[in-house]
Amino acid sequence: MALKAITANRLRDGAVVWLGPQNDWVERIEAASTYDEAGAQAALDVAQEDERRNIVVAIYTFDVELVNGAPVPLRTKERIRALGPSVRTDVGKQADRLDRAAA
Amino acid sequence: MPLIENGRAVADPWVSLADDAPLTPDSHVIVSFARWQAEREALSVRNAPLGVRLPSNVSADAIAPDLERFALVAVEFPKFRDGRGFSTARALRERYGYTGEIRAVGHVIADQYPLLVRCGVSTVEVPEGANVETWARTLNTMTVAYQAGLSAEEPLSLLRRRVTAA
Amino acid sequence: MTYMQPRHNAGIYRYDEVDRQFVRERVEQFRFQVERRLKGELSEDEFKPLRLMNGLYLQLHAYMLRIAIPYGTLTAHQMRGLSNIARRYDKGYGHFSTRQNLQLHWIKLEDTPDILGELAEFDMHAIQTSGNCVRNVTTDQFAGATPDEVVDPRVYAEVLRQWTAIHPEFSFLPRKFKIGITGTTNDRAAVRIHDIGLVAKKNAEGRIGFEVYVGGGLGRTPFIAPKTRDWVDEEDLIAYIEAVLRVYNQAGRRDNAFKARIKILVHETKLDKFIELVEDEFARVRGPKFRLEPEIVASIRSHFAPPPFEELPAVSESYARRRCEDPAFGAWTRTSVHPHKAPGYASVTISLKPTGGVPGDISSAQMNVVADLAERYSFGEIRSTHEQNLVLAHVKQDDLFALWQALSAVGLATANVGLIGDIIACPGLDYCSLANARSIPIAQALSERFADSARQSEIGDFKIKISGCINACGHHHVGAVGILGVDKKGEEFYQITLGGNAELDASLGDILGPALKADEAVDAVERIVELYLERRQPGERFLATLARIGQAPFKETAYAAD
Repeated sequence: MALKAITANRLRDGAVVWLGPQNDWVERIEAASTYDEAGAQAALDVAQEDERRNIVVAIYTFDVELVNGAPVPLRTKERIRALGPSVRTDVGKQADRLDRAAA
Repeated sequence: MPLIENGRAVADPWVSLADDAPLTPDSHVIVSFARWQAEREALSVRNAPLGVRLPSNVSADAIAPDLERFALVAVEFPKFRDGRGFSTARALRERYGYTGEIRAVGHVIADQYPLLVRCGVSTVEVPEGANVETWARTLNTMTVAYQAGLSAEEPLSLLRRRVTAA
Repeated sequence: MTYMQPRHNAGIYRYDEVDRQFVRERVEQFRFQVERRLKGELSEDEFKPLRLMNGLYLQLHAYMLRIAIPYGTLTAHQMRGLSNIARRYDKGYGHFSTRQNLQLHWIKLEDTPDILGELAEFDMHAIQTSGNCVRNVTTDQFAGATPDEVVDPRVYAEVLRQWTAIHPEFSFLPRKFKIGITGTTNDRAAVRIHDIGLVAKKNAEGRIGFEVYVGGGLGRTPFIAPKTRDWVDEEDLIAYIEAVLRVYNQAGRRDNAFKARIKILVHETKLDKFIELVEDEFARVRGPKFRLEPEIVASIRSHFAPPPFEELPAVSESYARRRCEDPAFGAWTRTSVHPHKAPGYASVTISLKPTGGVPGDISSAQMNVVADLAERYSFGEIRSTHEQNLVLAHVKQDDLFALWQALSAVGLATANVGLIGDIIACPGLDYCSLANARSIPIAQALSERFADSARQSEIGDFKIKISGCINACGHHHVGAVGILGVDKKGEEFYQITLGGNAELDASLGDILGPALKADEAVDAVERIVELYLERRQPGERFLATLARIGQAPFKETAYAAD
């Protein structure tokens, strides 16, 4: 059975975010919560509250698998959302990650 | 529903009559276009002012021959993104010289207000609880336009116009 | 009303205080809209068309801002301004689109009112670069310079830009509306794939008028625009286009976004009937109110007066010599230099397609260099092309060598303009939330595969156009080789089309066969090109070879097992 995660864009800055364990919106997919089908539906209801409160837009669920305990998207689109453009590895979340690793 | 004219809330003497409601002899009533077509005779002999509500797929041409019978034409916007009503309003004013009230009804947003006015719309029906201040503010934001419209305007050089709030 | 004295000779429409007020008021209008959105007074559904009409998309990684570059013209000062904005509000680079605009991919909604405010300071904006309204009017990148020009299309592009800006009747059309205009039958503006395509021309009496094509467009159901009128007199231009837009606004489909473009209306109504509807409306609209007065045209034309060209011999001796002596420079001149009507001058195309690079992308630093070079060598004037390159339109032949050296130093002198390495590609799935597949990596792979300059010259004119989804922003339907990225069971596949052409005798490409994986597609394209080289007659372009021998041989080679 497919594991799910929930993603959206933050309204103010368009940043890609995922629903986290405290029903907060996290900026790194490693910190995202994962759900089974039923859990995903419940989480979606919570997430949509934040759409109504004008915090996020464009919420949707997507399939992930766990790799070393962290959610990894099954589809290219969500992988690119999590990392950044494949053709500019110096920008996007993938670059932030490197900056953090270097720090 | 509240009514806006010149950026202010105004009283509304008009009543929208459901298709199956009886005709009242003396009041301002707005009937649907379908009812107008079905009951022309009866509606034509009334003495009180008559309005007609046009759905978005009915153009000004459809009521052009009868315009002198209507003190009001309500132009429907089923969704604010459906911009046919702008053409309808403009045709009523510009092509057919209609001088009665053109009212935008349905779903329109405040940001469309100045465009509606420039197309000849006189009044706008707004949702309950609408912020009239917002409507007034959007009306006066753009004072320059690049094409001839129907609201008060002062031609400038080239294609430009100075647009003043009605 | 007097105009501000031009501080430079760049051929752009120079704003006066009225134009500036319009843009400033628009910024304040948008600021208020953003405020209301963030407070929840506007829903996302209500806000979306408003932000689109200010060029702001919600994209894969962030918001994308599409800045208007009116018919692809801008000044050095404006280019520096854009460089600055890209550096301070984005990640130090931008992307030139297939409609001559500039896109920034890492924008925040909350910054956008300030960004628009800063753009306004150098007479730029993002008005109507998206949304269901009339978009940027696009034109020939060599307008006002090319010897084959009959009428300068910039004049009328500017007329239409003004007249369609926040048009009260046509701001909520069934769908987007794109107008392209050319001033020569050597159409470099792809007018036949526009909702309205205009060919400016002169009649026997020397009067200016337009051949009009309506109903072109790519995407899910591509169409080449049929002709609706052979002649619209200059003074009737606005009236005729009002008529087309009004017929469209009233009759275009509102129930299905995929069938809402005017191309569908023209097709479903049938051309004769559509023309009749437009002619009826045109007859009603025509008259003093919508007459485009010659005084207005003359006034706008004065903004596009030729810069003060020096009197020079037709051919610069030093240039002619250098071309022969320096093979690299020579190669560049054969691709980047276009003839100019003023003796001793040339138009230069700056390739934004470095081998293995991202087509159409440019860094802030490079933008500043282009600005400096435009000031030094081209009267401060820059153009963008719908094939995602830049142009310096008025360069002295004497200066070409120095210009080339300066461009080479910053990676802007790839000698591939118009050749197979000059690939057009949309941002694709790397940036765009509409995409089904990435387009840039396959562009890069093809660019590397065909990197060799001599090989590119041997192949000659060749247009590869790549889109990451059926919306066709990469114009794949009109590529000699078109590539469409598709999603097959979660994997990226690429469908090849052959025989597309965006010139006046436009044609749509035909699907070659089943979609291929990226590396297979690159190999297939190479085999297609090899077959073309093998089978072509002397001087025969790819489309002619394809027409002569048919698609079957190309299909066979494309799908041949290694």
